[in-house]
Amino acid sequence: MKNKLAKFTKQQLFLPVVCVLLVLAVNMIYDISQGNPFYNFFQISLTNGVLQGRLVNILNRGSEVAILAIGMTLVVSASAGTDISVGSVMSLCASFCCMLVAGYGVSSVADASEFAMPLIVGLLGALVMGCICGAFNGALVAYLDIQPMVATLILWSAARAIGLLLCNNLIVYVRVPEFAVYGGYIGPVPTPLIIAAICVVVVSVVLKKTAMGMYIQSVGINKRSSRIAGLNSRRIIFLCYLICGLCAGIAGIVNASRITSADSNNIGLNMELDAILAVALGGNSLGGGKFNLAGSIIGAYTIQAITTTMYNLGVSTAVNPVFKAVIVIAIVAIQSRPLQNAVRKLRSRGKEVQA
Amino acid sequence: MKKLLALLLSLVMVLCLAACGGTAADSGDAGDAADDTSAGDAADAGDTADDAGDAASGDLITVGFAQVGHESDWRTASTKSAQDVFSEANGYELKFVDCDNDSATQLEAVRTFVQEEVDYIIIDPIVSTGWDTVLTECEDAGIPVIVIDRTIDDSDKYVSWVGSDFLVEGQACGEWLKAYAAAKGIEELNILVIEGSVGASATIGRTDGFKEIADREGWTILDSQSGDFTEAGGQEVMESYCQSYEGQFNVVICQNDNEAAGAMTAMDTAGVTYGVGGDVILVSFDANRPYVQMVLDGKLNANFECNPMAAPTVSEIIQQLEAGETPEKEVYVTESWFVAEDDVTSITVNGEEQECIVVTQEVVDNRPY
Repeated sequence: MKNKLAKFTKQQLFLPVVCVLLVLAVNMIYDISQGNPFYNFFQISLTNGVLQGRLVNILNRGSEVAILAIGMTLVVSASAGTDISVGSVMSLCASFCCMLVAGYGVSSVADASEFAMPLIVGLLGALVMGCICGAFNGALVAYLDIQPMVATLILWSAARAIGLLLCNNLIVYVRVPEFAVYGGYIGPVPTPLIIAAICVVVVSVVLKKTAMGMYIQSVGINKRSSRIAGLNSRRIIFLCYLICGLCAGIAGIVNASRITSADSNNIGLNMELDAILAVALGGNSLGGGKFNLAGSIIGAYTIQAITTTMYNLGVSTAVNPVFKAVIVIAIVAIQSRPLQNAVRKLRSRGKEVQA
Repeated sequence: MKKLLALLLSLVMVLCLAACGGTAADSGDAGDAADDTSAGDAADAGDTADDAGDAASGDLITVGFAQVGHESDWRTASTKSAQDVFSEANGYELKFVDCDNDSATQLEAVRTFVQEEVDYIIIDPIVSTGWDTVLTECEDAGIPVIVIDRTIDDSDKYVSWVGSDFLVEGQACGEWLKAYAAAKGIEELNILVIEGSVGASATIGRTDGFKEIADREGWTILDSQSGDFTEAGGQEVMESYCQSYEGQFNVVICQNDNEAAGAMTAMDTAGVTYGVGGDVILVSFDANRPYVQMVLDGKLNANFECNPMAAPTVSEIIQQLEAGETPEKEVYVTESWFVAEDDVTSITVNGEEQECIVVTQEVVDNRPY
């Protein structure tokens, strides 16, 4: 029994899961203290034909960061660096999509008949744009050996500006139901959640069924020895960045569809930080090598759970960042190896004294 | 692992900083669409017309205007208003410089105006500090400076400041709500507020002004959270409100138009009806044209304008100075309150009676931005 427990707690996913449960528990305690039933936060109802509830909100709103976290995990693992351009690339892809659909310089489309191009062209365009950005980052990192943060810094600052140019400095509104569905609901289920789930399933199947996952980890652990072992290290790193760019494109479409407009200044703002944090919260080392995709996804939803918790607790906006920081510090501390060791030492010392 | 911890901690710090640093939003138009004007051309035209203008028409009053940039519809409307008012037909010659949000360019522009010996200088300061030296130069040259929209904090060497009174906007919103509730026979008001960016002057003014009335009338403000002046922000906050306060609220105040659009989507999803004939009274600020249209459509109950047209007021001040009078130090532009129904046609704000404009198609068509 004790062995089983020890085995269970040693698993890599154990701590991230504990952390997300802790965040949820905070809400439960708050609800009880407010005299609400303890399940208040977890209640899910089918109102107005769609699923509603705090948990649904977390899964729905956290989807963009979850999608970004997939690509970010691969990038971190393979290149031991982060792609800080994903937020800006999201904005660029969203702008490009809306620009294609609405036509250049048009600021508002209210009906599908006014489309300059079919919606599918816009969506594919956004995905291609994401891939191009990813390929650009990948080429700089993999083939020119530029440090990942420096290489992606270029698009971090430029992509958003290019998006603004594409949109002629306007917010392009595409207020049509056909576009809104990607950030809305299919049946009772939020579409972003479905899209995130599809992305996760596809990537994990590819990683599990092919040797890709192992290749990436191997390159991340030691680039040179992987090459000597016969892997094309550069191409693998390049591919990771490409996938990361594609993920940013998908996240960009979802985010633009939520507000049925391409708000270049605000889409994906600071989301690269959330994505990196998600990877770290998932128990992954930012030093590259071994990775755990599920951990990153849990990390992404943990971040959204914290945000939703802030809303639930009604924390005033001014002190909100402080509360968030405290929670994040706690989560990171729980997962810190030296701290775990210290606790273990204290425990064993306690046992010795007892003996 | 230590490195990782250090990196994470610094990340957290950056996150906090990023979240704390509210946009120094000018007049609450943050996140609005921007429309490129041919402002640069106007500046060039001003330069070339300089010599000729001085010689040919000695009667024209030359005015130098150092504008912030062209980042939003609101800003474009402000520029256009200046170009319309300070036209040759009105007896002015305008030297216009679009500073493209670069404060160094703006200082340079003002110094150039001094060298060109213009009669008056108008500044919409990109930053609020670092003005004392250059304003002293203007004073030494005997050129009166008029500040519009944003404020200058570290110098008082200007004649007047012209801009929006966000506090009054908030108060007007409160007074209208009071009159509207009375007209509709609504006795209990349970209010949710979606604030703008934390720390922005528009947020502070509108929040304080509205709260003043709410406290006086004993209304319940259930919650007040920031939507960052964006549609996505308004949507997420409203979504959360719909769950926290399900069936408990009947008023939603959004501090700009974009947030109102987001709130509408969230309420649609939650099955809450709003606007004229709905369960919830929905109010917005800024009054951009598409959102005045929404007032006409009955989706918004009221929209409180943030007027970018400072130029006519500035022109009045210049005329006062020409006549040797001393204008007031702080002058507020007149702003309109747009409402959907004719239950309330006038409100009293700070003891002053103000008109509420019932929106018609004509009103929408005549909106300049």
